[in-house]
Amino acid sequence: MRWLLPLSLVALVLAVTTPALAQVLERKVTDFTEKLEIGISTEEIAITSDFRGADLTIFGAIDGFDANLLAQGKYNIIVALEGPKDNATVRKKERVFGIWVNTQSMTFELVPEAYSLSSTRAIETIAPRRDIANMGIGVDHMRLVPLGFVGDGSSLGEFRNAFRTIRETSGVYQRDPGGVQFISSSLFKASVRLPANVPNGIHIVRAYLFRDGVFVAAKALPLRVVKTGLEQAITRAAHDQPLIYGLLAVTLAVVTGWGASLLFRKE
Amino acid sequence: MTVYLPIAELSVNIFIILGMGAAVGFLSGMFGVGGGFLITPLLIFYNIPPVVAVATGANQVVASSISGAIAHFRRGTIDIKLGTVLLCGGLVGATVGVWLFSLLRSAGQLDLVISLLYVLLLGSVGTLMLWESIGAMRKAAKNQAPQLRRPGQHNWIHGLPLKMRFKKSKIYLSVIPVATLGFSIGVLTSVMGVGGGFIMVPAMIYLLRIPTNVVVGTSLFQIVFVSAYTVIVQASTNYTVDIVLAFVLMIAGVIGAQYGVRVGQRLRGEQLRALLALLVLAVGIRLAIELVIPPKNIYSVVSAGAGF
Repeated sequence: MRWLLPLSLVALVLAVTTPALAQVLERKVTDFTEKLEIGISTEEIAITSDFRGADLTIFGAIDGFDANLLAQGKYNIIVALEGPKDNATVRKKERVFGIWVNTQSMTFELVPEAYSLSSTRAIETIAPRRDIANMGIGVDHMRLVPLGFVGDGSSLGEFRNAFRTIRETSGVYQRDPGGVQFISSSLFKASVRLPANVPNGIHIVRAYLFRDGVFVAAKALPLRVVKTGLEQAITRAAHDQPLIYGLLAVTLAVVTGWGASLLFRKE
Repeated sequence: MTVYLPIAELSVNIFIILGMGAAVGFLSGMFGVGGGFLITPLLIFYNIPPVVAVATGANQVVASSISGAIAHFRRGTIDIKLGTVLLCGGLVGATVGVWLFSLLRSAGQLDLVISLLYVLLLGSVGTLMLWESIGAMRKAAKNQAPQLRRPGQHNWIHGLPLKMRFKKSKIYLSVIPVATLGFSIGVLTSVMGVGGGFIMVPAMIYLLRIPTNVVVGTSLFQIVFVSAYTVIVQASTNYTVDIVLAFVLMIAGVIGAQYGVRVGQRLRGEQLRALLALLVLAVGIRLAIELVIPPKNIYSVVSAGAGF
């Protein structure tokens, strides 16, 4: 999402204006000479039907770095692969007259269908938790805005946690706190996991550069994930030409049923 | 060997699906039923989302019923006029059913309703069938002639207006109960993925007093068209027909059915019915247990796009 970048800058400005930190940060803000560059070998990934998940490698470089700080390992990088967004409904079951029934639900607005995070270190150790949270980096800080009326909001935390847990267990939300490695002084390589059930659509690769716990620069690149193969052709037909698909399914059944009765009668 | 099911969006072992199809095909051949009421719960037990299991089950029913329907048509044991009245009710029922299906799905209650309906239906039909067949077996053991219901007797259904003459069945009957029966079966077809023969046949014999020789053929006639219509409507409104899953099931199913028929011919009617009743009850109980035991995770996430 393109608003994330300006928003994170706003967050940074807000942090800057906090009196206690102002002096330290102000100097650093003006000092920033670093630039972040990233690249992927392809803008489009075609996924075949036997796809079982893969690692996507993203290369990047820090320009205008401070050699001293680099040597001390003060530069940290976080790379996130964010899938296409959709509304997601979390439902909760409760026992009603002895049976388990979905009783409550909450819909979160436009959450990513997949999210893989990779970093040089655990993100909590890269920058203050509040900054990371303000920038919305990581599954724990993902913005989960409920849609519609949620009552007094007391169940909000519970539903958010359930959502994160389920998405992480199913493998579509992942984190790898050692996935970004420096391959030379300022060149780095990031491996981001594409889960087996990676959704179709435009994914966004976001890279964030931190210097000594302070956010310095960010860069984003789009990545198109296209599923290919027979299965994908079937899925597309089912959604784009549903009537023809339905007629085909019925024809297949008629031919199979009739064919079998003809075949076995001859014997 | 695994095969990816594009609509169910999961990988399954093809041999398990083939085995399931063959087993249900065998049983359906043996008992002369469509098998939809067995295939759908089995698919649900194998973690296929109920929405896909139901719509795909209806597709399997088309394949398993068509050869029977053709055979009956050749033999002239289909009352086309009666079948058409049933079918008209059935098409309306299936339309209402698919609408209900979408409604329940968006409310998050579809899986529950499907399971509940199965428990209710399988439980009651299984119990009735078991009761009846045990009675018949007892009488057979005592060498008593089985007491057949007399088709000549009339009940309140025969007092309804809008009567129509069905020449082939040699009956003069109101279209209201016939269309109502067709409608109910149509709803069941689209919500549960069953052909409904196991309800329609007894209802036609005992309630409508239709002669037994045309009952099976006429019900198959209705089932083929209603389930075919359901598949098309489910495919175009809910996108839940998995053609890969359906194809694997129907290939195994039609072959299994051929062998089932041969075994079925060697067993006696009441024994066959008792066995079927036990099977129906077992599936019903398994589904009931699933509803009562605490789920692994009380939360579930549904994405707007995928919709499961």
